[in-house]
Amino acid sequence: MALDDFPAGEQVCVRGGDGLTLRTREKVPRGHKVALADLPESAPIRRYGHVIGLATQPIATGSWVHLHNCRSQWDERSTTFDRDSGAATDTPYV
Amino acid sequence: MSDTWQGWQRDDGRMGIRNHLLVVYTVQCSQMVAQQIAAGEPNAQVIGFHGCTDNDYAVRLLLALARHPNVGGVLAVGLGCEYVRPDLIAQRVGESGRAAAWFRIQDIGGTADSIAHGKMWLADLSRQMAGQPRGEMTVGDLCIGAECGGSDWTSGVAGNPAVGAMFDRLIDAGGAAVVEETLEMVGLADVLRQRAATPEAADALTQAYEKIEPYCRATGQWSVSPGNFAGGLTTIEEKSLGAFCKSGSKPFQGVLKVGQSPPAGAAGLWLLDSVPDLDGPLHGLSNPNDTEGIIDLIAAGCHIVCFVTGRGSLIGGPIAPVFKITGNSDTFRRLAGDIDHDASALLSGQKQMTAVAGELIAQVQRIAAGEPTCAERLGHHEYLIPYKHQNVTRC
Repeated sequence: MALDDFPAGEQVCVRGGDGLTLRTREKVPRGHKVALADLPESAPIRRYGHVIGLATQPIATGSWVHLHNCRSQWDERSTTFDRDSGAATDTPYV
Repeated sequence: MSDTWQGWQRDDGRMGIRNHLLVVYTVQCSQMVAQQIAAGEPNAQVIGFHGCTDNDYAVRLLLALARHPNVGGVLAVGLGCEYVRPDLIAQRVGESGRAAAWFRIQDIGGTADSIAHGKMWLADLSRQMAGQPRGEMTVGDLCIGAECGGSDWTSGVAGNPAVGAMFDRLIDAGGAAVVEETLEMVGLADVLRQRAATPEAADALTQAYEKIEPYCRATGQWSVSPGNFAGGLTTIEEKSLGAFCKSGSKPFQGVLKVGQSPPAGAAGLWLLDSVPDLDGPLHGLSNPNDTEGIIDLIAAGCHIVCFVTGRGSLIGGPIAPVFKITGNSDTFRRLAGDIDHDASALLSGQKQMTAVAGELIAQVQRIAAGEPTCAERLGHHEYLIPYKHQNVTRC
């Protein structure tokens, strides 16, 4: 989890990661997640030791992990939310 | 600061930290008159049920709220056509040793006459309540609930764990704690079962958990929102891990349904199952928002409800003070005057969990002794009593 807003290319150290450092591949907003390892599509994504979702595309170390590349195993609407605002996009306003 | 304070002694053995006078409307048609009766009366609060057709669940919830330890008197206001009976609400409240009265608007007259009639009753009930017995209370006499809402990335690592650590201390002191939001325990079936105090509690926790998936699939809605996503949470599984932290580390003694309280003298941690049972009508989306969760916790007899918010929320509730806590320092600054406690020092590393838990329990004592929370000062008394179906076996 990013404890600050990180720009792309930022060298960051991982708290509790035994000196592990990585470089962000893209902008990561404060409080959002950064991939600590390369993940293939469909791989389980873990946080606090628990699976919080599955990769919907290959994810490279240092990438921002959020709605655009991680989906819930339960919530069918999980892939439809706007990456930046979180807004629902699947309800028609007509 | 003293560790004891004066509460109100109720006939059922429980004690209250407030002595509210509740105006209860029994159908939407009497809502405006009920609100006007309570307007300008500092100790009066309003709850009610909108439906004309009654519902076992809603009546149970109304009665649990009307006989809450923080309530000393009730005026039930009906229109006169509806199924829900103001006379029986007043009768049951009266039998519990509280001041109670009722009337139907159709028996009295129009809006102005009904408001004047209700004001007369409030004055009479207030006089009766002034003589209600007092008694000394300590933290061990408290039952406290916890809810989270407007969660963001801070909730699961600061606000919720802080409340959990405070609950551990409350329970060590002989108090009771209640959490709900089983819809935010997705993926945690094994964790929940491991936290059971007894094999019976483990089975009850499993039963409550097993309702989640069919309920959410039937309604097409999981308990995660656009604001949670914008705040850094990506899935309901991730949100659940953070939400569950507010339960602390003590074993669960059992599961309550809405309208039930922990048994008299039963300290410890309880899970409140507010999800509809699936063998009856689903009544649409009946776990719609934080206010409903807070009301359900109040109906479980909680004297105070801790409400952890990340992105910021304003709500309070009737009857029980809502104590708002955030782990997000930006939110605390932006909502100055609305949030009671800033737990963000846990994130910056300036404070340890034991220190924050100690601050929270001290603040709980001050609130219990009469210090108003932000929501109380601002007049936030939101409530929601929906149609719902739950099976409850009476003891």
